[in-house]
Amino acid sequence: MQPVATTFFFYFLSGLTVIAGVLVITRRNPVHSALALILALLGQAGLYLMLYAPFVAGVQIILYAGGIMVLFLFVIMLVNIEKSQKEEQFNKQWVVGILAAVALGVLFVLVYTKGKSLFPDRVAQLPEQSNTQQIAVMLYGNYMFTFEIASLLLLVAIIGAVVMAKKRI
Amino acid sequence: MVEYIKSYLGSSTTPGQAGNVFWASVYILLIFLGLSVAVIAMNWLERKILAHMQVRLGPMRVGPHGLLQPIADAIKLLIKEDIMPSQADGFVFWVAPIVVVITAFTVFIVVPFGPTHAVTDMNIGVLFMLGVSSLSVLGIVMAGWASNSHYPLMGALRSSAQMVSYEIAMGLAVVSAVLMTSLNATGTGTLSMIGIVQSQQAQQVWFAFKFFPLGLIAFFVFAVAMVAETNRAPFDLPEAESELTAGFHTEYSGFRWSLFFLAEYSAMIAVSSIAVTLWLGGWLRPFPHLLSGSTWDLVFSLLPGATFLLLGLMAFVGVFRMPKHPYFRVQTIGLAGFGVILGLIGLLLFLPPVRDRIQDIFWFSAKVAFFMYLYIWYRGTFPRYRFDQLMKVGWKVLLPVGIGVLILTAVAGVLL
Repeated sequence: MQPVATTFFFYFLSGLTVIAGVLVITRRNPVHSALALILALLGQAGLYLMLYAPFVAGVQIILYAGGIMVLFLFVIMLVNIEKSQKEEQFNKQWVVGILAAVALGVLFVLVYTKGKSLFPDRVAQLPEQSNTQQIAVMLYGNYMFTFEIASLLLLVAIIGAVVMAKKRI
Repeated sequence: MVEYIKSYLGSSTTPGQAGNVFWASVYILLIFLGLSVAVIAMNWLERKILAHMQVRLGPMRVGPHGLLQPIADAIKLLIKEDIMPSQADGFVFWVAPIVVVITAFTVFIVVPFGPTHAVTDMNIGVLFMLGVSSLSVLGIVMAGWASNSHYPLMGALRSSAQMVSYEIAMGLAVVSAVLMTSLNATGTGTLSMIGIVQSQQAQQVWFAFKFFPLGLIAFFVFAVAMVAETNRAPFDLPEAESELTAGFHTEYSGFRWSLFFLAEYSAMIAVSSIAVTLWLGGWLRPFPHLLSGSTWDLVFSLLPGATFLLLGLMAFVGVFRMPKHPYFRVQTIGLAGFGVILGLIGLLLFLPPVRDRIQDIFWFSAKVAFFMYLYIWYRGTFPRYRFDQLMKVGWKVLLPVGIGVLILTAVAGVLL
């Protein structure tokens, strides 16, 4: 089936992601920030779908739903909401902030001006049906070593969490 | 316009794949309607069956044998006062039931009621179902937190811990079933719901019975995890009445509460249909290869109509067993009318064109209905787990068993 109204959906999803992203940092209540974050991540999953990467979109939803869940619990258990609503929200690090913004802006301008030579002219049209298989071939074939290192890192994190949380092992 | 509507009828794909918006909308409406009716029926059946298990009569007053009780309940809920606690977080309190309902209904767009009877077929079907249904826990935690009260918060915390930990066992069981699809002659696995059923058809075995007993164990792990995932007894700790009043929806009343109710039951139907699709052959009738041939085809195609005729007959038996007192006259006539309607539906299902089209849907629904009965049966017979026992079962039993089955399935797939 041919996609319909791709321009509309691109701007809709991008707008949703950007607005939700802004809400994440401007809401005073941390729970509202977590909810805005899940909205932003869902918009991103929609953008992955538009790029013919349904597997990545599905994994994005599953992983971040669980991730935000944990974040939510941290907020409920660790953050004092009454206190955090009275606190000043942004700390005064104008210099660092401006530097980071300028660096990012320069990067954007460079990508916009030199993008034609840096990136391929059009996206390689992979058949949507084999997206899952393609990712499997990449992860377990071409990038096997990096993938295993990443999983080792996660294992270390798990063991570290257990060691820190439990007094007697 | 008419051409556009007709153009889909000849095709052999789902409306979503054919890109036909009209038929996709029709399917969505039909599924929505069917689900609502199923939830209403489930409400009545659950109370009746639980009552009979406890040697009670259950609802008997509203309509014959309490048949109109769910409708009366729905009206009561709709006209009840809708209370929001004054200290609650207004927006989150308002949006939580909506999130739960949307996630519970969205998953049904990939449920295959037949080779063409689904809204659409995605090539990440199972992943989509698991992902979207895992979002529903967010709605539950939002409801619990926004109520700004102790019992709901406790219920929500329990619910999140339970759902996050049982999701892992569930995922491992699903992966071992998906692995089985890749072991057919073509050698490519699939995550699409329709593709999974078709590969069971091609391998001539339901995945529950493949690599006996590996498929059965994976199915069992899923069957336990799905009860925990839907917060039903014996894992209904998030809404344990004796300790948490009503758990995460204690502060909800009226229409909002009914949304939680609707979402819970449609989530039960959704996970049951994942189980049916992955392990019990989806829309395939029993023994499509062993009992093949035109005679058996005819016999099995007559079964849907025969089921409805049997139900109608049972209604008529009820008519004759009604007390003969004039007070019960209206109820007796109502029950007879209900029996006639069931019988007419049964006769309609005997017509050859209807019969051929309805078969897949009937077998799928019958298998899902079996799971629904199991849910009620569990609730009637199992005592509730304690929370530490629940966590122990999830992490120390189901998770290792799931990993073991996954590895053994892969080994068996390579060796056999």
